[in-house]
Amino acid sequence: MAKARVKAPKKAKAGDIVTIKTLITHKMESGRRKNKKTGEVIPRHIIDKFTAKFNGETFFSSDWHGAISANPYMSFSFKASKSGEFEFIWHDEKGEITSKKSKLVVA
Amino acid sequence: MTKMKVEVLDRRQFVVASGAGAAAIIAGFSSAANATPEKAAEWIKKLTNGAKATEGKIKVDLPEIAENGNTVPIKVSVESPMTADNYVKAVHLIAEGNPAPELCSFYFTPMSGKANAATRVRLARTQKVIGIAVMSDGKVYMSQTQVKVTIGGCGG
Repeated sequence: MAKARVKAPKKAKAGDIVTIKTLITHKMESGRRKNKKTGEVIPRHIIDKFTAKFNGETFFSSDWHGAISANPYMSFSFKASKSGEFEFIWHDEKGEITSKKSKLVVA
Repeated sequence: MTKMKVEVLDRRQFVVASGAGAAAIIAGFSSAANATPEKAAEWIKKLTNGAKATEGKIKVDLPEIAENGNTVPIKVSVESPMTADNYVKAVHLIAEGNPAPELCSFYFTPMSGKANAATRVRLARTQKVIGIAVMSDGKVYMSQTQVKVTIGGCGG
C-alpha cells in the first residue's frame, strides 16, 4: 500500500499563489530492470496518473511514465480564492487508488 | 627480414579487427535500448497534433551534471498570465536518449495561478531534454536543455 505525504498550506489570503508538495512511496517499477539472479525482467508497475482537486474541481493533473523516479515527488502551484478542501489522488496502473485530503482556510 | 614482415602484418590485422569489433559494439548499443531523436520527434508530433513549436516561453531546469540518473530533479516554468482566456494547458517533457522518450505531462488550469511544476525523473545517459508547452490558444512553445548524466538510471 502506497503511503502519501502532502505539504499544503492551511491558511492563505485571497489571491495568494501557494506551492503544494506531494510525495508517495512507490517503487515505480519501469519494466526495464532485470532480476540479477534469474535474469528475468521485473514486470512494469507504476503510478500513471496524479490529480489535484479543490472543492471537487481538478486544477492540476499529471501523466507519469516509466521514467518517473521511485517514490514520486510532485510540486505545483495553486491560486487561493476561497476556503475549501484539497484532494490529491494517485492512480496506480493496477487500479489501486491512494488519496489524501487537506483543508484550506482563506482569510 | 621475412620474420619482420610477418610481425608488421600481424599488427595491422589486429588493428583492423579490433576496430571493427569496437564499431560493432557501438552500433549494438545505440540500436538496442535507446530511443532515437526520431522516436522522440514522433512522440512530440502525437502530443502536439503536428503543430509547429517556437522556441521560448518555457524553461526547463535540470542540474548541469546529474550524478545519479535514477533521480534527477526537474523543474519547469512557463511564462503566462494564467487567466481564464490565456493560460498554459499542458507541458510535456521528453528525453531523447532514454529507452522510451516520454517522461511526463502536466496539465494546468487558470486555478493553478502559475504554470510551475517539479518532479524527479530517470535519465539513462547524457542527453537533451525537450520541454513542450501547449497554450490555451493552441500555440506551442519548446525548449531544449542539455544534461550530463554520470550513472544512468534505467536499470540494465
